[in-house]
Amino acid sequence: MKYTKRNDGRKFDESRKVEAKVGVVPNALGSAMLKIGKTVAVAAVYGPKELFPKPLQNPLRGRLRCTYNMMAFSGAGDRVRPGPSRRSKEIALVTENALDPVLDLSAFPKTVIDVHIELIQTDAGTRCAGISAASMALADAGFRMKDMVAAVACGVVGGQPLVDLDKFEEDYEGGSVDIPVAMMPRTGEITLLQLDGEVDKKDLMKAVEMAKVGCMQIFEVQKAALKAKYEEAKK
Amino acid sequence: MISASYINQITAKGFRADGRKFDEYRQPVSVEYGISAKSAEGSARVKIGGTEVVAGVKLDLGTPYSDRPAEGTIMVNVELLPLSSTKYESGPPDVSAIEMSRVIDRGIRECDAVDFKKLCVTPGEKVWMVFVDIYPINADGNLFDACSLAALAALKDAKFPKIVDGIVDYKERTKDSLPIQKMPLECTVWKVGSEFLIDPTVDEENAAESRLTVAFTDKGAVCALQKGGKLSLTSEDIGKMVDLADKKTKELRGYLK
Amino acid sequence: MSNLLIEDKQVVVPGDILAEGMDYLPSYGTQRVGEQIIAMQVGLANVNGRVIKIISLNGRYIPKKDDTVIGYVSDSTYSSWFVDVGYAYDGSLSLKDATSDFIERGASLSKFFKSGDIVLIKITNVTREKAIDLSMKGPGLRKLTTGKVIEISPSKVPRVVGKQGSMISMIKEKTGCSIFAGQNGRIWIKSEDPVMDKLATDAILLIEQKSHVSGLTDLIKEFLEQNVKEKKK
Repeated sequence: MKYTKRNDGRKFDESRKVEAKVGVVPNALGSAMLKIGKTVAVAAVYGPKELFPKPLQNPLRGRLRCTYNMMAFSGAGDRVRPGPSRRSKEIALVTENALDPVLDLSAFPKTVIDVHIELIQTDAGTRCAGISAASMALADAGFRMKDMVAAVACGVVGGQPLVDLDKFEEDYEGGSVDIPVAMMPRTGEITLLQLDGEVDKKDLMKAVEMAKVGCMQIFEVQKAALKAKYEEAKK
Repeated sequence: MISASYINQITAKGFRADGRKFDEYRQPVSVEYGISAKSAEGSARVKIGGTEVVAGVKLDLGTPYSDRPAEGTIMVNVELLPLSSTKYESGPPDVSAIEMSRVIDRGIRECDAVDFKKLCVTPGEKVWMVFVDIYPINADGNLFDACSLAALAALKDAKFPKIVDGIVDYKERTKDSLPIQKMPLECTVWKVGSEFLIDPTVDEENAAESRLTVAFTDKGAVCALQKGGKLSLTSEDIGKMVDLADKKTKELRGYLK
Repeated sequence: MSNLLIEDKQVVVPGDILAEGMDYLPSYGTQRVGEQIIAMQVGLANVNGRVIKIISLNGRYIPKKDDTVIGYVSDSTYSSWFVDVGYAYDGSLSLKDATSDFIERGASLSKFFKSGDIVLIKITNVTREKAIDLSMKGPGLRKLTTGKVIEISPSKVPRVVGKQGSMISMIKEKTGCSIFAGQNGRIWIKSEDPVMDKLATDAILLIEQKSHVSGLTDLIKEFLEQNVKEKKK
């Protein structure tokens, strides 16, 4: 079943509306909220702190440790059982890998920096929203980073390459492929790439190109939100 | 960090570190509904000063307890997220989260805040189960009262999903609200030295030797109590604390519009 | 041909390109990538001749030799104390750097310091792996027995202190409070008057919030004078 017109009227290369705010968890060293469509992620950064067990300590730099959690009421259907799942652990891992390449934690040897990501409401694209929010939270925390990280999913739905799938598109009966992508906006390098579905090579590359454009749009929102907070120091 | 001895010292002089009166909530206090409307049947965000919590209600069909075959069930769960404070660690729920969950749960359950009989779909077989999940986003003191207010707001906000062929269709929500008959709300009064104060900051909580959480229904009845902390209270203390909680829950209720 | 792509005091985020060409020099918070100078931190860009750096507006404290900091005693051993100075790992204060008193073998160390004590203390050494040595020997270094500690971003401490201590002196003078600003972002305030205590606190938090407005000193002066006047009514 060919997907010719998007469910919510968007163009195929158009992301949902993105909003972001920095400093939403005052207790944390850095924090941010990112909303894309109806998916709302909050990220908070704590640390650096002591890292146990000791063998995990790196004498040359700090370690990044992420958690990802969907609030029990934030799923599309049934209540999500509280506590870590295999899914949330894997997402936490790929989130760490998506963020680690930009971070310079050499000033914090043997320590750990915790990034906690919580989803308050979901409509697909949660790991990407989490990564985008976490990258803002790390910047807000004042860590040295060689770039930001912006993330968005692309995919192929009913044979049509497109960007930023919502839940309806993820569940599309005519076939749906979900490809979460994270990118460093300055260099265009990719730090997260996963794929769920079946797709031919040409469509894959087309979709990834769309995701790169989508990431740049998210980056603009991230930048504006960070600047909005720090302009305060001059007003 | 403001030490307990410092808090005790200024409390005795009649002051609070942030300049408030003893019986004054931090401002702003706000309740926002539908913060997870896409996902949850009911949801709310509550802010009291720097403390922010979110709560959501999920409704599901399940089998009733055998001793109450014609009644629905409720479960309240507070999870103290490491996202919200340096104090909380990942891992199994900490005992203070369990205490908070159970006190809020009792407040709702024991006064029949929700008409559980009306949550029955097929007696003995199928009833509505109400899950209330509460999470702090920024834990800056007085989570007890903030969580209680958020739970009540989320319950007020909730609408039943449709039942299609005996199963819940979460994509379709009806216009029907939960059968709420009473509105229990908590206020926790903290004793610092010989003074009583409400809505403490984290430093004030650390300085308090004891506390009393009192839940009042909107009809003015006490529907849950929990004395916390290591020190004892006299009956005179309790009288004063219950009076203060009565007055302050009435005020807090005003934010539930 | 070199191009400066930002203005002085502009807010920048990691990855922002600050300048192109080899005429500009990267300093704190920036790095050169090929021909470009890139921002590595959120903050205010600062251009001083050819040198570009970032004035950081947030971040955790990184311990440095010779910093005077406010610490919390966290634990003791038979010959030293551990002190939390706001870093991931505690600093260590050995007996010989803590006091010149003669201490008998096996004497209880808690008569000098115990867990929870607040101390004004100096960092004497930091190793590459951030092992921190501390000393109480130096002018003004001591246990701070009463008073409270508030925490601000360590990057804002120089603003609270002001040029040659002008800002902090003004707050002390107008409010009558005793104040110490630790370079780790912890600020100790003591006053017999809770109202003045709160005023000093509010002034410091206002400095943190508006750290880089022009005319900050005048703003804080006005804030203090207005409030002191109101309090006296």
